[in-house]
Amino acid sequence: MPLSLALATALYAAAATFAAGIAWRVWVWARTPEPFRIPTTTGQQRSLAWIASSRVESPSTRLGVAGRLALEGLLFRSLFRNTVPGPAARGPDVCPPPVFFERKALWLGAMALHWSLLVIVLRHLRLFVDPVPGLAAGLAALDGFFEIGTPRWYATDAIVAIALVYLLVRRLRDPLLRYVTLPADYVALAALMAVTGTGIALRYGARVDLVDVRTFTLSVAALAPVPLKDTNLWLAAHVAAVACLLAMLPFTKMVHAAGLWLSPTRNQANDSRRRRHVNPWDAPVDVHGYEAWRDEFRDKLVAAGLPIDETRPRGGTGA
Amino acid sequence: MALEKPDPAHLAAVDFTVPRRAWRDLPVEFRKGTYNYATPRRHVEALGLPNPREWQPHDADWKLPPDWKRIILDGMQDRLDRYRSFRLFMDICVRCGACADKCHFYLGSGDPRNTPVLRAELLRSVYRRYFTAAGRMFGPLAGARDLTEDVLKEWFYYFYQCTECRRCSVFCPYGIDTAEITMIGRELLSLVGCTIQWVVEPAANCYRTGNHLGIQPHGFKDSLAFAAGELEELTGIRIDIPIDRKGAEVLLVVPSADYFGTPHYYTLLGYLMVLHEAGVDYTFSAFASEGGNFGLFASHELMKRLNAKIYAEARRLGVKWILGGECGHMWRVVHQYMGTMNAPADFLEVPVSPVTGTRFDHAASTKMVHVCEFTADLIAHGRLRLDRSRNDHWNVTFHDSCNPARGMGLYEEPRAILRGVLNHFHEMAEDTIRERTLCCGSGAGLGTDENVEMRMRGGRPRAMAVNDVRTRHGVNCLACICAIDKATLPPLLEYWVPGVEVAGVHELVGNALVMAGERPRTTDLRGEPLGGTGAAHA
Repeated sequence: MPLSLALATALYAAAATFAAGIAWRVWVWARTPEPFRIPTTTGQQRSLAWIASSRVESPSTRLGVAGRLALEGLLFRSLFRNTVPGPAARGPDVCPPPVFFERKALWLGAMALHWSLLVIVLRHLRLFVDPVPGLAAGLAALDGFFEIGTPRWYATDAIVAIALVYLLVRRLRDPLLRYVTLPADYVALAALMAVTGTGIALRYGARVDLVDVRTFTLSVAALAPVPLKDTNLWLAAHVAAVACLLAMLPFTKMVHAAGLWLSPTRNQANDSRRRRHVNPWDAPVDVHGYEAWRDEFRDKLVAAGLPIDETRPRGGTGA
Repeated sequence: MALEKPDPAHLAAVDFTVPRRAWRDLPVEFRKGTYNYATPRRHVEALGLPNPREWQPHDADWKLPPDWKRIILDGMQDRLDRYRSFRLFMDICVRCGACADKCHFYLGSGDPRNTPVLRAELLRSVYRRYFTAAGRMFGPLAGARDLTEDVLKEWFYYFYQCTECRRCSVFCPYGIDTAEITMIGRELLSLVGCTIQWVVEPAANCYRTGNHLGIQPHGFKDSLAFAAGELEELTGIRIDIPIDRKGAEVLLVVPSADYFGTPHYYTLLGYLMVLHEAGVDYTFSAFASEGGNFGLFASHELMKRLNAKIYAEARRLGVKWILGGECGHMWRVVHQYMGTMNAPADFLEVPVSPVTGTRFDHAASTKMVHVCEFTADLIAHGRLRLDRSRNDHWNVTFHDSCNPARGMGLYEEPRAILRGVLNHFHEMAEDTIRERTLCCGSGAGLGTDENVEMRMRGGRPRAMAVNDVRTRHGVNCLACICAIDKATLPPLLEYWVPGVEVAGVHELVGNALVMAGERPRTTDLRGEPLGGTGAAHA
């Protein structure tokens, strides 16, 4: 059937674009050197033995760096720090006390979105792998724990929808945030909303023959697509939205998912005085050496009784 | 030539309303008090930098080279290929806005283009237009815009309204560091000759004379001799201050403000007292008479050119290791750049404290130790006799300077010292210290008289935190370990929080240090009577 073929083709094209796009982005970043050690040190350096250093916030070892990246990637450590200035800063006092309030909403929204998406993606493995992987089945069982509705509502479906609405409303309501937002930022949100919206409609509203769908998706995964018996427009819309999202991901801000791990302020150890970091494109620069300085100020050095060094420095940096 | 400072009440009424017009086509207005003057021709020439000429940012014609656009775009391409930070930070921002209200310049000015996210978008919009397919195809829809002279002027305005303090990078979920963006932005501007006097003139001085202030060797010697005289008056002890002495164990490198500015000067007295009392075999260098490095605020290349003399002098003088004074941006360079730029320093030895025997393994490669690390180690080993009551007239808080904090992780050493030398100490609010410390508003070359309004605006969040501990605990002294802080926080605090003084950590060490054979001390290093309860300074 032509629609099945079109959907399969879209999925293949999108997956290929996604894989090639991400690989290309990561390759470009990875081949670009990190000339200097510039970690943002958010904790105590490792220095004197009796001072406890912060192994994750100011890591001096690779293990520490791994821990820092794990906290960042899995728990959004930096976003967790978020604060907002209190009203005092805008009040009538010329110099009011600093009041920063903790603001966990954005962190919560981001965690809800990303973790739900991950669970949803893993749940979908049941459609592409046979027999159904234990992970997918387990997650689905856990996700449907509350046993609400028929078919049972997955908690993540509700959470991801709420998180997306929150992120959109937040962007629209805060005047400053609206001011910095680019059209592309709405496009990314819209793509995610299309995917989750059609997905939710498909599961809870449209009546699809799951066996038929699974036969189709398994055949797509096996690179030998067989047509769907029954074409459902919600299914077509969902697959199309997923294909769009996958294909655009490497070329939009959503590529941050891959970029985070390469971010120099987070993935470098704070050990630049302990171990030398080498800059691959390092090149000599013009310097003003001791001799030039000495010769210009010779009279003044003599008058001040400062020692004058007539031997040439032994060469090396700056000499 | 100093501008009249505006009324604090006027500056405090920050207008956070966003403009109606999109920022992309809002030309920048160079209003007196909010920008820095351009570099005069002679300083540009002294360093061999591009496009030397006389011009000012408020001129209509910036006298750019005819092919300025090509120069900038080539410069961008070059840096995209050489700095992963730059390329990655151009690509991965999601505009979540977490950084926006973390910037002291945004908090103080309410200008959306002073949010880190838009500061980076100034460059990103041009990056998208010329270096990404989406930007070339979709233009403004993809957040791309053409590079025009107005855009260049906007870059100049806003990249010289960022102090490279890195506070935003603490909060960014991807670690996007606006200091990197600003550094690259300034490098690009420098390629077409758009630099500021307060960065390039000190750099040119430093290149030629060895220090930012342009002090020549005899002046350097006089300053140190004067300090020795002052110390003798205070303590009755005659100390010797060696300069260019070959074969000393340690080379001491300090920011030049330490021997020419107040209150830095008292910090210098503090180091000299500690080194004398601990019996350290050290020397100054009259050529490496500057640890600070204004090259950091201009370009990576200029940073390297200025930094080179430290190792060169260490080698020439045959010392074993290097000790560095209290200076913020100097330590950003020493900690994160020097080893890469000008090492290997294999002619030096791993620093070992001659007093306690502590091996400073954390500086095993660079061989340069922070004076706070050195003194904290002395105090921890009980090797200094300290009378804390001599600082009883001070009620102290500690300001983490941006660079030692977020570019080094030096948080506990100065606090350990302060605990050892004084009795009255109160931290400022948690959200305003350590890695979340607020900038003085004048770093990265912005501490000029002509820029006074932006400085007062940018420093207000810091002043608010100080005002809080002054009100609650009667704090009358802010201790810090940065020469720019010591120069710019006194006028800032006088403006927002009158009655709070600024002191270096080693000034407070000097007050408390009981030296062998000293005569009974009646005054602190400033010559003010000891034993008060703060009344003398409140």
